Formats: sequence, structure tokens, C-alpha cells
Amino acid sequence: MTNRLSDKAEEILEALWIATEEEGDNGIGLQALALTADDEGVQELSRLAYIELLGERLSLRPEGKPEARLTVRRHRLAERLTMDIFDLAGSEGDDKACEFEHLLRGVVDTKVCTLLNHPTTCPHGKPIPPGSCCEQARTSGSVGVVALTELKAKEAGEIAYLSTSDAKKMQKLMSMGVLPGNTLQLTRTYPSYIFRVGNSEFAVDEELAREIFIRKG
Amino acid sequence: MSFLHAQDKIEAGDRKVILVGNPNVGKSVLFNALTGAYTTVSNYPGTSVEVSHGHCEIEGERYSVLDTPGMYSMLPITEEERVAREILLREAPHTVLHVLDARNLERMLPMTLQLIEAGLPVILVVNILDEAERIGMKIDIDRLQANLGIPVVGAAMARKRGLAEVREAIHNYSQVPRGVMNYAADLERGIFQVAATLEGEYPLERRALALLLLQRDEEVAQLIAEREQDGYAVVEKSVNEVVFTHRSDLHLRLSLERKRLVKLILEGVVQTSERQGLTPAERFSAWTMNPWTGVPLLLIVLYFGLYEFVGGFGAGTVVDFLEGTLFEEHINPWFIALADQYVPWYWLHELLVGEYGILTLAVRYAVALVLPIVGTFFVAFSVIEDTGYFPRLAMLVDRLFKYIGLNGRAVIPMVLGFGCDTMATMVTRTLETVRERILATILLALAIPCSAQLGVILGLLSGVEGALLTWSLCMVILFLVVGFLGAKLVPGERPMFYMEIPPLRLPQMRNVIVKTLTRMQWYFFEIFPLFIVASLLLWAGKMTGGLETLVRSLRPVMDALGLPLEASAAFIFGFFRRDFGAAGLYDLQTSGLLSPVQLTVAAVTLTLFVPCVAQFLMMKKERGWKVSLGIFVAVTVIAFGTGWLLNQFLLLTGLLA
Repeated sequence: MTNRLSDKAEEILEALWIATEEEGDNGIGLQALALTADDEGVQELSRLAYIELLGERLSLRPEGKPEARLTVRRHRLAERLTMDIFDLAGSEGDDKACEFEHLLRGVVDTKVCTLLNHPTTCPHGKPIPPGSCCEQARTSGSVGVVALTELKAKEAGEIAYLSTSDAKKMQKLMSMGVLPGNTLQLTRTYPSYIFRVGNSEFAVDEELAREIFIRKG
Repeated sequence: MSFLHAQDKIEAGDRKVILVGNPNVGKSVLFNALTGAYTTVSNYPGTSVEVSHGHCEIEGERYSVLDTPGMYSMLPITEEERVAREILLREAPHTVLHVLDARNLERMLPMTLQLIEAGLPVILVVNILDEAERIGMKIDIDRLQANLGIPVVGAAMARKRGLAEVREAIHNYSQVPRGVMNYAADLERGIFQVAATLEGEYPLERRALALLLLQRDEEVAQLIAEREQDGYAVVEKSVNEVVFTHRSDLHLRLSLERKRLVKLILEGVVQTSERQGLTPAERFSAWTMNPWTGVPLLLIVLYFGLYEFVGGFGAGTVVDFLEGTLFEEHINPWFIALADQYVPWYWLHELLVGEYGILTLAVRYAVALVLPIVGTFFVAFSVIEDTGYFPRLAMLVDRLFKYIGLNGRAVIPMVLGFGCDTMATMVTRTLETVRERILATILLALAIPCSAQLGVILGLLSGVEGALLTWSLCMVILFLVVGFLGAKLVPGERPMFYMEIPPLRLPQMRNVIVKTLTRMQWYFFEIFPLFIVASLLLWAGKMTGGLETLVRSLRPVMDALGLPLEASAAFIFGFFRRDFGAAGLYDLQTSGLLSPVQLTVAAVTLTLFVPCVAQFLMMKKERGWKVSLGIFVAVTVIAFGTGWLLNQFLLLTGLLA
């Protein structure tokens, strides 16, 4: 990326991508975006030949597609980030996601995507266009870090981290030996999650199992 | 704060040996092996947590031995751990025996490190070595001892292996090691910074206290605030600074640092060969946790443990003998004859051997009716408890219990409630949230009949076709409906379930006996006086005519339920002891005063109706006036409401007629 796009331009690209790629439209009217033809963002994108302005209607040119796709990806990753990690929902979450998406470029995009374990959908259920990091993870077959609930009975892995919101419970689990770095072997998933760490056996319910994260081996 | 009245039992000059360790590592087996026959189990002052005391003699020297409740770490979370830590803090031990399970050496050693860090005179007992060897572990005890710098004994206490060495290690204990194991430099700086602000005299090393302060241990903070007086402000400031520096991950860092140290200590100590398959106990354990095999197994346990043993043997054979043969034919006639001869005054005659007489009613009910039933229940409960089955049951029912706002852990007080609701109400304090405790208290007060009541009611209803089924259905439906509604209405956080599942084992005779006797003793001291009081009140009521007035005042209620007036006496008795009431019904039934419908309605209402006086007092003690009175009113309304509805329903449908 030689010239960084303005935030405004990114929003336009995003809207265009959603309209054309996901909703099957051939473009959007300027009015629908509350824009005028002399808008800075529109000018900027036209100069780059990313979009085309025909009368009152904007359409996405092939040259603009890769950039538009990445913009949508960043937006939805940002949504996941605010929702899953910062625990922000509703309009506050949306606002923060909008601020974050413009920061998720290049390396940051990859890092965040890996941290979130290459999510495929945003919190609203829309698909997140995969990045190169996702493709790489897919071909190497790595599943990364998953919650205990994602393991099948008889599977094992290394405890990556505990995310329980309740400090006391986390302490208790740790003092019982459920510690990052230890190997965990799942034996049952129903009616409760039963697993072994070392030579000891533990039972936890689904809610707690969701907060124990495992690096699958 | 007052601590350890139990100290009265320990002779002043005795050296104290304190046993600590995780649950299920064979602490009590070691305790029994050390102390021999004489053990007293008592609740730690102000708690429901049991602590065992005993003593032993090694080469002419007398030692007091204390067995503490299981603890996982020096930083307590549960009440048991708090008590265990309290004992370590207050008792000035001669030696502390840390008992751990050899199979879980790596997981349990962090606690040894914490004990050493605290400056306590620790001896490490690596127990269950035989099982560890069986699964292919080899542990180099000498090397472990050298690495740790404290005495280490390898043991298999169930086979008395290592007992002589443990006794020797206690006797020869000379000096507390001052070995310091260092955490990462930044943590050490923080610990030092806080420790340097402590000026008073403490039973534990300052370094350990500083660590507990940093982990926000409230009791230690309080203790230090008391000792340091004005200086505490400085301590607090320094703690706050360090905590802020490590705000994101202090607990995790400490755990990981301890794990790192343990790895270093264990270098070259443990050799493991590949495990081959599961042991038979492990295979059986897996069956208990699979719902397809676990539920049938549970039913078998219930059938033999409760129905056959408690219901058949306790409430049948033993009660028949004690009540029918011993009391009715020998003791009571003898007392009555004696009274007839020497007690001419009517009131005293009545008080001793009359209808509600202390000897004829209170002693007979307590000894012949209630004791065998509760006693056999406690035997069954202690056996099941000692095998390690309860955590498996908890895990099986967890999902179901979530619907009634509880988690699987609550199954233990619920099962205990079938023995004695009063004791179970006390045990609800082991549940983690206030909400769970309230919900469990409601269910115990309402829908769980205690064993004494259960025994009489089962006997009563089994003669009438369909009555037992109707009664059981009513109880199950109410349990679920009230639990479900309670979960919706009582505010508070939703419970989470996590539990260690100990290996299954054969019950140890001695553990079972000690546990049963402790419970029976508690029950008898708590309940027997109430029987006497109840019979006194009933006697006074009869003498003054007050009882009759009370019985008559209940007439509208009895009419609404379609019951004869005489049944109201059973309800009034019922408040003094649940089983008293049930036994009252028994008398009515034998004199042929109740139809099947009436009997069923009366049994259902009485089971649901207010807990006995003892349980109500326990509720008040554990939950306070407001909550317990609320529960009292709700339970009364539900009980009589259900009785009324059931009566209407049975009359309308003509069932049981």
C-alpha cells in the first residue's frame, strides 16, 4: 500500500463491496451514502481508479476489489475484536470497531486474525473474507488455540491459557494443577467435561470449559 | 478472635504435629496410623469444618496430632482451606507433615514450596507410592530430599509402609531449613519491598506473608493490621504499589514460577514408563461417569444403600426389635409398673410415663424409632462418601441441577438431607454463592424428607395401593417446580461447576466408623434434648388444656384438607420433630382413623410442611431471620396449598378411593 486511504474512502469501499459482492447489486447511488460527487473520498477513489462514478451511481472497478475486500475484512475483524476480547457489545462496540478497523493494517491485521484464531464470521454472522494468514493456517492444518468445548472426547492438548472472568475460580483451577503449559487429556464431554491433567481427574461444566483454552497437539 | 477451644483437649506441654495436604491423599490414613485408637473429631470453633485430634508417643515423647481439612494452597478459597491455614498460623507446630499423592507429585509440590517459604517445619510424606509404582513411576526419594532441603519420606500408608520412617522423621526433626527458592527477579523485588515494611513478630516468614498480602488475602491483611497498628498504612501503600505493577497477571505468574521451580526440583527424581491401559478401578470409575451406565449404577446404590439397608434393615428390622419388642414389651411396661407403684401424683405420672411422657414418648421415639433409621443412614452415607463416589454423582446431576439454580456440588447436602435436614442445612454453607445456599435451604425445608420421616412414611403408605406413588410424584414435581421457580426468582450469579474427581477406592472401615460416630454424636446431642422439650411442651399442653385448644383451632385447616380433627395433633407434633409428626400419623393409621385419600393427603402435607424446630433454628442461624421466616411462611403456604389441591384432585377423580 503506497498511499494510505483516508478513513472516509475506506467506508465508501466497504459499502460498495457489500452492495456488489454480497448483495448482488451493480453499485450504489450517491444519495444512499449521503454523498455528493465532489466528496473527498469519492475523488480520492476515482483518482486511484478503484471506483467509477456514472451519473449519480457509484460502482466498484476490478482494480478496487482487492482493497475493498481487505477493508471489509478489517471491519469485521475489528468487530470480532471488540466483541470477543474487549467484551463490548451494542452501539459502544460498533463505535469502537469503527475506530479500530482503520488501524488493522498489514502486520496488525495478521496478528489480530491469529489471536482471534482466524474467525470466519463477524458477530453479526456475515463472512469475513479470509486473509493470507488464514490460507496459510488452513493449508498447514493448524487449528491453533481453541476452547476446551471444541475438543472431542479422547483428544489431548496443552493448556494455553485460562480466561475465566472470576479471579477466585482461576486461582482455584490453577492450585488444582490446571495451569498453562500442562497437558490436558479430555475423557468425556457429557454430562460434564471430564479431563485429566497429570494423574488427576477433574470435572467442569460447559461454562467453565469455554474458558479453558487448549493448544491442540 | 478466639481460636481453638479444642486446645483444651491438647495437653499444654505436647508438641504439635499437623497434617496438611490436598483432599484424598491419605492424610486420615496416616493420621489413624500415627494416633492409634484415640481420636476426637470436633468442629473447628465457629465452623462446620471437622478437625481430628489424637496423640502419639515416639520414644517416650508425647505428641499431639491434628488432621486438617484438605487444602490446595496457602491462599485459602473455601472454608475448609481457611480453617486449615488458620491452624498452621495459630498452632506453633513442632512439625508439619505435608502429605501428597506420589502420582501427582508435580502438581502437589507447589504447596510444599509454599509451606517451606512460610518457614514452617515441614516433613514431606510422598504417599500412595505403591499405586504410583504400579502405573510405572519411579521416584528417587533421596534425590528429592536433597533438592528440597527438607526431610522426605516415601510411604504407602494403607499398607503401613513408611510409618516407622515418618515417626523417626518427626522425632529427629531438628531445624527449620532456611532455604529460599527464588522467583523471577521482578517478583522478588515486589515481595522484598512489602516484606521490608513488616515490623511485628509473626508465626510465618515475612516473605510468605508479603506474598499473601500481594494476593489480597483478607485474613492475613487483618492479622497484619492488628499487629502493625499505625504502621499498617505503610504496608498497605507498598502492597498497593506492587499489586499495581503486576496487576495483569500476578496469580498466574506465581503459579507458573512455582511450576518452574518444581520442574527444577524434580529433575532426575521421577522416571515414568509408558502407561498400559486403565486399571480396573479407573475403568469402573469411567462407568460411573457415563450416563448410560452411571444412572443404573446410581439406582443400584440407592436401592441397596437406602431402600434395602436404611429402609429395610434400619427402619424395619432394627426398629421392630427396639420399638416393638424391647420398648413395648419390656421397658415401657416396666417403667409404667414402677410409676404406678411409686408415683401417686397424676401430673408427675403423666410427665414420666403418660401419653406424652418423657420416658414413654421422648426416649422411645429417640432411641427406638429415630436412632436406628438415622444411624443406618449415616453408615450408608459414610461408606459412599469414603469411596469417592459423591463427586461422580455431582458431575452426573450437574446439568439437571442447573435448572433449579444449583450446581452438581449441591447434591451432597441434598443427599445428606435424606438423613437429617438440619445437618444438611448446616452443610449448605459449603456451597459457593449465597444464592445457591438459599435455594438449597428452601428445597431442604420443603421437599426433602429426612430419613426418620421417610422411614415412617414409607411404612405408612406401603400398605395402601397407589399412595406411595402419589406421594413420590408430589415430592418430585414440587422439588422440580419450586427449584425451577426459585432459580428464576432468587437473584444472584449463576453457579459454575468444577470439582476434582478422586480415584475410586474401597471404603476404609475406620474412616467409616469415625465419620458415622461423629455424625451420630452430633445428631444425638442436637436432637435428644429437643425430644425432651417437645414432650414437656405436649405434656404441659395436655395438662392445661392448651393442646386441645390448639388442636381445635386447626379445625378449619383440617376440614379444608378433608382430614379428621385428630390429624392436627400430628401437624403440631411435626413442628417439634418432622418424624414425630409422621409417627403421629402412624398412630392414627393403626387405629383405623384415616381413609387412603386422607392418609395420602396427610402424608404429603406433613412432608412438605415446616421443617422441625431444629431445622428452623439452623436456618435462622445460617440464613438470618428475614430469609428463614420468609422460607417458613412460603413452605407453610405451599404445604397446605398442595394438600388442599391434592385432596380436591383425589376426590374429584376418585383415585385411591
